[in-house]
Amino acid sequence: MWAADLPPYIPFFAAALVMALARSHALRAAVGVLVPVLGGLHLWFDVAPGLTTYRTLFDMQLMPFRTDQLSLLFGYLFHIAAFIGMLYALHVRDRVQQVAAMLYAGSALGAVFAGDLLTLFLFWEGLALTSVFLIWARRSQTSFKTGQRYLIIQVLSGVLLLAGSLMIYRDTGSLAFNHIGLDGVGSWLILIAFGIKAGFPGLHTWLTDSYPEGTPTGTVFLSAFTTKVSVYAMARSFPGTELLIYVGATMACFPIFFAVIENDLRRVLAYSMINQIGFMVCGIGIGTELALNGAVAHAFNDVIFKGLLFMSMGAVLQMTGKINGSDLGHLYKTMPKTTLLCIVGAASISAFPLFSGFVSKSMVMAALLETHHEWVWLAMLFAAAGVFHHAGIKIPYFAFFAHDSGIRTQDPPWNMLLAMTFSAVLCVFIGSYPAVLYGLLPYDTGYSPYDATHVLTQTQLLFFSAGAFVWLQMKGLYPPELRSVNLDVEWFYRKAAPAALGFAASIGKPLQFAWRFMVSGLIDKITDWLNSHHGMEGTLARTWPIGSMVLWVSIMLAAYLLLGYV
Amino acid sequence: MSEHSSKAGADEKQHLFDNPKNVQRLLRGFYVCCLLLVLAEFVIHRHVVHPWEALFAFHAGYGFVACVILVLAATQMRKLLMRDENYYESGEDHLDNNQEGDHVGR
Repeated sequence: MWAADLPPYIPFFAAALVMALARSHALRAAVGVLVPVLGGLHLWFDVAPGLTTYRTLFDMQLMPFRTDQLSLLFGYLFHIAAFIGMLYALHVRDRVQQVAAMLYAGSALGAVFAGDLLTLFLFWEGLALTSVFLIWARRSQTSFKTGQRYLIIQVLSGVLLLAGSLMIYRDTGSLAFNHIGLDGVGSWLILIAFGIKAGFPGLHTWLTDSYPEGTPTGTVFLSAFTTKVSVYAMARSFPGTELLIYVGATMACFPIFFAVIENDLRRVLAYSMINQIGFMVCGIGIGTELALNGAVAHAFNDVIFKGLLFMSMGAVLQMTGKINGSDLGHLYKTMPKTTLLCIVGAASISAFPLFSGFVSKSMVMAALLETHHEWVWLAMLFAAAGVFHHAGIKIPYFAFFAHDSGIRTQDPPWNMLLAMTFSAVLCVFIGSYPAVLYGLLPYDTGYSPYDATHVLTQTQLLFFSAGAFVWLQMKGLYPPELRSVNLDVEWFYRKAAPAALGFAASIGKPLQFAWRFMVSGLIDKITDWLNSHHGMEGTLARTWPIGSMVLWVSIMLAAYLLLGYV
Repeated sequence: MSEHSSKAGADEKQHLFDNPKNVQRLLRGFYVCCLLLVLAEFVIHRHVVHPWEALFAFHAGYGFVACVILVLAATQMRKLLMRDENYYESGEDHLDNNQEGDHVGR
């Protein structure tokens, strides 16, 4: 189709340029959908593992394009995600969103095919600078401020990546983007940079802050790329880093508590995304072949089923103008197709047998037991039950069933339904024929998810989790959806830090007063004294006659003589 | 509310779950499934890696208890963490919380 060593981001950037200039919406839409399809086919048929291109910048050897099993897997995934997102957004006539989405997908591709840290850094920042427009495109004051916060944190991640990369270059003389491991300050900075984009605990609130503020179509793109690029980068640089097992387990567990009490259903999905990335990070931390396969396979599936869930909630927002659980309900009556597609996404994320989550999450769980991390396994089992509870049940239940909100609408436009159907088919296909996905994974482990024990135990876990939901609802113990926000780590920089600055400003006034009367007065006295001696008419600044100079020299010599005798 | 949506009318047709009997049927079917899944342990021999898994209906019990604890704990968290939905906007300039969909026709 085109040269095999042409980096896959080039067609995307070229398409973005065409879309920026094209007057016709039809042309922009066609380019948007066709380029991911052509690029994906090209990658599948024409590009083999083992391709590299080199460039020299000053004394540094850069590798802007490198293919192997891992980068190709994410390459296919991002083409699929870009296609689904573009199809879903086909009706959107906003040029800013179209161009930003194309550049964003291109940046993600540039990052996963980068063979050196400098190239990675450039696309890492590219991800931040392009994706923020998908938040700002909402064109509200709220989204503008959210976008600002998002951009600051994302750019900070890039700065840390650059600083860490330079330290590693200083120590090793190489910028190669390969295994790094936790060794030295540079590697820690890089891990934190990756951790910010992956939503590590405490560094995660940019995600739950910004994803619910994106446009209905923009959030579908946001959910696909940034976090998964980070998972890819960690799988390449930090496999087998034990710390990541515990970080992953924390990520899998803590967001589910927030998800249960969150009202904004897209924010519920954002918390659920951190929970799912927790499984991936944990798998990377274990570092065995089975665990790494599980981590990247789950990243692959997550892009599709989480995309499907974000698309279904985007459709609800698009058609009703509402997204809070407290405002929705009984939409199954007028959005039956969306309801069904959302349930497929919910079954996939919950890891029901025959759905995609089942065939990838189980690898991480099996690897945990193989490596004797029993307590972490128990925690992850808790997280697996919890994700079904909030993403599998809560999302479809409060949007489409629950109480009758009285809203009567209709299913979204054909292109949105088609994009969701495509994702749903992929979820079922991968879940039912996992061999296709397994064939693309970096290692051949011979793992099979479908044995009687696994199917039975997983189904028991999920049905009885649903049983808990039913029981709690009947007893009136399930927390109702309330119009509210829940405090999270973002409170520190959205409330505490501004309050601290305000406090500093308020105590600044007395300080200024004290300064004026005490310090400032003292300084005035000192300057007056200096002025009186060294000023224009000061004693020590006057023009002295030669006689007085001689007198002073005599005094100094006399003093010197005296000291000589002492 | 979006131009695509409207409020329910009085002369609306009955849907699947408007009839409480259908909800009851669904729940009964669900209980039967739960029962069958537990009873299946007598038929299917499970390969156990960890001793806890050997306990009868371990995954079923764990799933139920885990979710009850999850929800009850999260409910308690609300007392500490829940604020008014405009909590972050208070003190800032008035923010228009634009809940509309994509800008179409630009």
